[in-house]
Amino acid sequence: MNMIRKIILAIAFLFYGIISNAQTADNVEMADILHQNGKIYLVVLVLVTIFAGIIFLLLRIEYKLNKLEKNERKKIEN
Amino acid sequence: MLPIPAIPKLNESARNLFYHVPMWYVMIVCFLISAIYALKFLRKNRYKDDIISLEFVNVGIVFGCLGMVTGMEWANIAWGAPWSNDPKQVGAALCLLTYFAYIVLRNSVKDPNKQARLSAVYNVFAFALLVPLLFIIPAHFKSLHPGTDSKPFEALYTQAAAFRKLSLPAMVGWILLGVWIFDLRYRTKKLQNPELFV
Repeated sequence: MNMIRKIILAIAFLFYGIISNAQTADNVEMADILHQNGKIYLVVLVLVTIFAGIIFLLLRIEYKLNKLEKNERKKIEN
Repeated sequence: MLPIPAIPKLNESARNLFYHVPMWYVMIVCFLISAIYALKFLRKNRYKDDIISLEFVNVGIVFGCLGMVTGMEWANIAWGAPWSNDPKQVGAALCLLTYFAYIVLRNSVKDPNKQARLSAVYNVFAFALLVPLLFIIPAHFKSLHPGTDSKPFEALYTQAAAFRKLSLPAMVGWILLGVWIFDLRYRTKKLQNPELFV
């Protein structure tokens, strides 16, 4: 559980950077609804998909390791 | 972001080349290594090779699914529909289904020795099916994908130099990422069943 909280925090910090950047660049011409016709939003969408997929993969490894750790602890206690 | 050549209709979405395409290369490399280790298992009968083969299929399937989803997102805008029965789309879908069947087959056999042998044999045939599905058949049909008219790897040679400068390192990078994820899974498996790794 502790680890999951850490991961969520890490992701939150990742996005915090993006949000804070967006706030300072309020009046400058930037990412105006994701570049309107340039279709850059498609690249963003694709990147988000891949990011989500890889996080999913890593989380599955995380769960497996958690289980192993629990078993180890039980072994030591017995 | 480096400047890229302007392509009508694709515009900035051409940058997807560095993300959508490498997914498929990771998948193909994973399945190739998996088939090699399946053969190795059949020759030497060591369970270690079987586990390597299995984990590479697992990683390859995830990257294949990512390639499929990103491809459909891209196609939805560029071609007007997420699915248009393009020969490459169909080939990739069939290829993924073949490997889903690998996982199903594997889990349906309980005896560990039988399970490993059966899935190794299936794995080799699945890879033999992958080659025509992804490279040979799409090359003989008109496709919405670029560079499939005559030769399988034509897209790689004919793309603009500015693309190639980034798409080749991207490919290597993604493949290494895939191998690293495989390594994590493999080591986890090793901790779970140390008796299989003598």
